[in-house]
Amino acid sequence: MPSPRHAQVERERCVSCGSCANECPREAISVWRGCFAIIDKARCIGCGKCARVCPADCISIVKREAAQ
Amino acid sequence: MKKRNWYKWLWIWPVVYFSLGFFNILFAWLGMIDFLLPLFIAVFFGNKWFCNNICGRAQLFVFLPRFFKCSRQKVAPRWMSSALFRYGFLAFFLTMFGSIIHQSIMVFNGVSSLRQTVTLLWTFQIPWRWAYVQGSGSDWSAQFSYGFYSLMLTSAIIGLIVMVFYCPRAWCSFCPMGSMTQLICKAKQKGKYPPED
Repeated sequence: MPSPRHAQVERERCVSCGSCANECPREAISVWRGCFAIIDKARCIGCGKCARVCPADCISIVKREAAQ
Repeated sequence: MKKRNWYKWLWIWPVVYFSLGFFNILFAWLGMIDFLLPLFIAVFFGNKWFCNNICGRAQLFVFLPRFFKCSRQKVAPRWMSSALFRYGFLAFFLTMFGSIIHQSIMVFNGVSSLRQTVTLLWTFQIPWRWAYVQGSGSDWSAQFSYGFYSLMLTSAIIGLIVMVFYCPRAWCSFCPMGSMTQLICKAKQKGKYPPED
């Protein structure tokens, strides 16, 4: 049963610092080739830890249904 | 619980770096590791592994609030991570770096003499004479060390201020090295990104 929410990255604003990846308890977020963070939605449980540490404030937690 | 990697201890590096520079300014050259290694990784491997894992400064900004609860943990203003500010700050930093090289060349050519001061925030001249005995090395190299140490200390102070007022790694949102390596990584991808989800 997937979680009701997941994280979403605003790519244009991501600074690819990797704070989110270091914080994620599920290893569901990674920095794609130094360009921006990408989310593995299947693994993400929408806990919001990544969004809280993001210095660029570019991660939001969205409803899973709404995003699909 | 997530495994804590060895590089979480790299916050020690900036502490060691600034301590060494306090006693002998020539150790400032070691800061070139922080300058060249991220560029090397970005150019040859096309990623920001340095920023993401081993940046000592980033680790320090994570470590301090974790142990001393010294960050307000607030969202940084959006202009701080805007492209205009990031690239503007990068340009400013590179200009300042160019000025350090210029001053070192002037000393090398004997046009100007060595100034044994550390300049904080590009304004405040702090006497730092004890860290270099003239004749113990080449003066141009000492001049570069003073300039580079000033740049490193100034950026660390800015980083600490934004760490306290905003979130731990607020500095990373406009770090010139981070902006530069991200630009290199994006250039290497030539706009070919995975599809948005």
